[in-house]
Amino acid sequence: MKDMHAISVTVNGRAHELVVEARRTLADMLRHDLGYTGTHLGCEHGICGACTVIVDGQPVRACLVFGVQADGAEVRTVEGLADGERLSDLQQAFSDHHALQCGFCTPGFLMLTEAYLAENAALAESPAELTEAEARELVAANLCRCTGYQGIVEAVLATARARQKPAGP
Amino acid sequence: MNGWIGAAVPRKEDRRMLLGRGRFTGDLTRPGLLHAAFARSPHAHARVGRIDGTAASQAPGVAGLFTAASLGHPCLLAMLERDEFVPTGMPILAGDRVRFVGEPVAVVIADDAYRAEDAAELVEVEWDPLPAVASIETAGAAGAPRLHEEARGNRLVDLLMFDDDRLPQIFAEAKATVSATFRSARVAALPLEGRACLAEWDDRDDQLVMYVSTQVPHQVRSGVAQALNMPERSIRVIAPDVGGGFGLKCVVGREEVAVAAAALRLRRPVRWAEDRQENLTAAFHGHEQRYQVKAAFDAEGRILGLDAEIDCDTGAYSVFPFTCAVEPLMAATELPGVYKVPAYRARGRAVATNKAPAAPYRGVSRPQIVLVMERLMEKAGAALGLDPLQVRRANLIGRDDFPYTGINKITYDEGSYLESLDLAEKRVAEQAWPAERDRLRRRGQHAGIGYACFSERTAYGTPAMSQRRMRMTPGYDTALVRMDPTGEVIVTTGTCGHGQGHETTFAQIVADRLGVHPDQVRLRQGDTDLASYGWGTWGSRSVVIGGGAAGRAADMVAGQLKKIAASQLEASPADIELAGGTARVRGDDTAAIGIPELARLAHFQAHRLAEDLRYGLEARATFDPPGTFSNSCHAVMVVIDPGTCAIRLHRYLVVEDCGVVINPMVVDGQVRGGVTQGAAAALLERVCFDAAGQPVSATLMDYLAPTAAEMCAVDIVHLQTPSRFSETGAKGMGEGGTIGAPAAVLNAINDALSGTDVCFDHIPVLPHEVSAALNGAP
Repeated sequence: MKDMHAISVTVNGRAHELVVEARRTLADMLRHDLGYTGTHLGCEHGICGACTVIVDGQPVRACLVFGVQADGAEVRTVEGLADGERLSDLQQAFSDHHALQCGFCTPGFLMLTEAYLAENAALAESPAELTEAEARELVAANLCRCTGYQGIVEAVLATARARQKPAGP
Repeated sequence: MNGWIGAAVPRKEDRRMLLGRGRFTGDLTRPGLLHAAFARSPHAHARVGRIDGTAASQAPGVAGLFTAASLGHPCLLAMLERDEFVPTGMPILAGDRVRFVGEPVAVVIADDAYRAEDAAELVEVEWDPLPAVASIETAGAAGAPRLHEEARGNRLVDLLMFDDDRLPQIFAEAKATVSATFRSARVAALPLEGRACLAEWDDRDDQLVMYVSTQVPHQVRSGVAQALNMPERSIRVIAPDVGGGFGLKCVVGREEVAVAAAALRLRRPVRWAEDRQENLTAAFHGHEQRYQVKAAFDAEGRILGLDAEIDCDTGAYSVFPFTCAVEPLMAATELPGVYKVPAYRARGRAVATNKAPAAPYRGVSRPQIVLVMERLMEKAGAALGLDPLQVRRANLIGRDDFPYTGINKITYDEGSYLESLDLAEKRVAEQAWPAERDRLRRRGQHAGIGYACFSERTAYGTPAMSQRRMRMTPGYDTALVRMDPTGEVIVTTGTCGHGQGHETTFAQIVADRLGVHPDQVRLRQGDTDLASYGWGTWGSRSVVIGGGAAGRAADMVAGQLKKIAASQLEASPADIELAGGTARVRGDDTAAIGIPELARLAHFQAHRLAEDLRYGLEARATFDPPGTFSNSCHAVMVVIDPGTCAIRLHRYLVVEDCGVVINPMVVDGQVRGGVTQGAAAALLERVCFDAAGQPVSATLMDYLAPTAAEMCAVDIVHLQTPSRFSETGAKGMGEGGTIGAPAAVLNAINDALSGTDVCFDHIPVLPHEVSAALNGAP
């Protein structure tokens, strides 16, 4: 018999209540029960990072977490990055720097970077400018098979630097 | 021309991907969707006895279970019309024998993917294990078990491609002879999206509709039709967004056929999405090769003769439709590469082993043959006391030689072989790489610089592919260009982009010819009901062949537009130019008519036009070129830590020439992605088996794909030598990065170790091997 649990979870600001099997991963729950198919599965063992989503502010491999563990949590997926139809600065930077080709790994890189930048922005003291080596280390958490990473590193650096600038007049 | 070709037009594909609205096969769902899971062999080689599906069939949620017997033993048969070829039908599900770990013996269909996997584990099989062969050496040994009874010595192909009887004398009289054995490990293409498909029967169209993560929708249709004995029109294959392929998806998977068969029998939609373990063990591999090579040189470093014995570990079966000959034929035909080789002998073999089948992975034998030639140039330099770059220059096909027909009977279109090497060497000097290398060496690091010169044969049309004598001979492609009544353009093609940006680059080609903006051009691809029979996307063929066909068809539509405009402006069609959305009379600013107005006229006011101008604005054209050669020179500096022996990429330069560049941003992206895969093949990636044929690299913790931390920035310089064999002057370039990088990196490693007596002629070179070689094996 299936071991079912009733949970509530907020995804991109929208509240969902659903019944989910105990063994169902957060990734499968998001993709197939709630329809957030922008979260992709590349390895299902926590290495490639394609399924990275933000759970209560932290980047998380959605393939390594069960759906029931997200009970009461705030989840952000790639579908929640844009402002309506307008790409976020990070999304636009990925396009400008040719940081994606097939696009399968892209949601994971976006959510990983978004979580990092948001965490930096929340620090009391403004952090030192992100270096290329640090950007490489950050995105080395995930795998991309198409781009060779250079565009991804450039997009992350460009967004980090733009967000660090003091607000304009 | 309107200047779209050559512009870094932003990619149309990006927006949906960035918004999380890409549509990949695993994202698709249907009411009543069922899920497939495969029961697979745990043995590398075994006879299959009774398959008991009782418990699995009774498991919760199970809707069906199929075996080879219950499906009527369907198989995918790839054929080469050559006596030296041994056909090996690849059963959709294994019948009485399995030949590698992961080979499927049953498919279970259930209402939930988790339950399907649970039930697949309950399939009971009586196995009778047999001895396995897991390497080229053991496969050819006396008394080795045979995978296929018909294949003596486990040789599926054994072809003496060239044989020059002058060679013994040439070797006897040569100033220097270099002999060596070169090897490259088995690697996985590893697209981030594994294979996937969804199949459903459509009663309205009397058709099986399949959504497949594939590079070759029409060949999937042909494969399913042949395996299940159906007419091709009763199958429609659609490739939605495809998450990378690199060759893995340019062949037809048995799982795709099994899912199709299940959907046909159950009359319910069935979906399968490969997991990473299946992908690393039971999909396809490539590049496991051995070259035993001898080359003769004169005192100036000119190559006099070349002799190669080439063995490709092709795994258990021929892949559909390319066959197991794809690697050895490519290798034996193209080994001379960019060098003028006057006498040549090459024998190519495909050797069957108890491993997953080999498919064409990005580069197909070119990474290996370039590695062989570039190592030979280095070794000849060392033997003769010459600068290895001078040895290359003594042998490179020069500007005045084109079009050059080599000893291998291949005609090379214009390239910049010497120029790209000269430019690379100049850049390396300007950026003071040698000084930096020496500085690092003084600090105790092993630092080295390596080069690789090569060309990349691309866009193989039927004139080239027919040499292989495949029963299904690929090469041409057809495009349909239609203008709608609002002046927007729809292009359909049989090529099938999966990350290369074809929606953008094809639009650039067509927009230039029609005088419209690329935003007004939509590419429709990956649908066998929409496009004429085509050959998909592989072999760096799409922009040259598919884009060439689209350009030709667009020219025909442009001709039609000009005639209609001429009739309205009372001018000659020859004086009409199409630009900026308008048809104008050349030299007369007042005589113009908007292209949307022409489109409206053609569709809604046909009666006002002369008879030959009526009825729509559309044209179909086919392109089938002999092939084009892009070329590159790679230079790389590596640094080897003397303690850990970790090998790090320090600097990377690519001088590349792919003729007319359609979109420089896209070209750079292909180069960088390719270099990353090629460098990783030299430094990290290796599919491993134990002696009994058990895979021991079944996760991404064991199979090391490169991350951003292993890569350095790749500097790219473009030369542009247009091709006379191509409609747009463009040459294919999707594989060059992967082709050149292994040789360049290996040469750099050997340069880094040049003060020692260590020399490597295989890839990947791993830190523990460097350590053992430097410090003496434990």
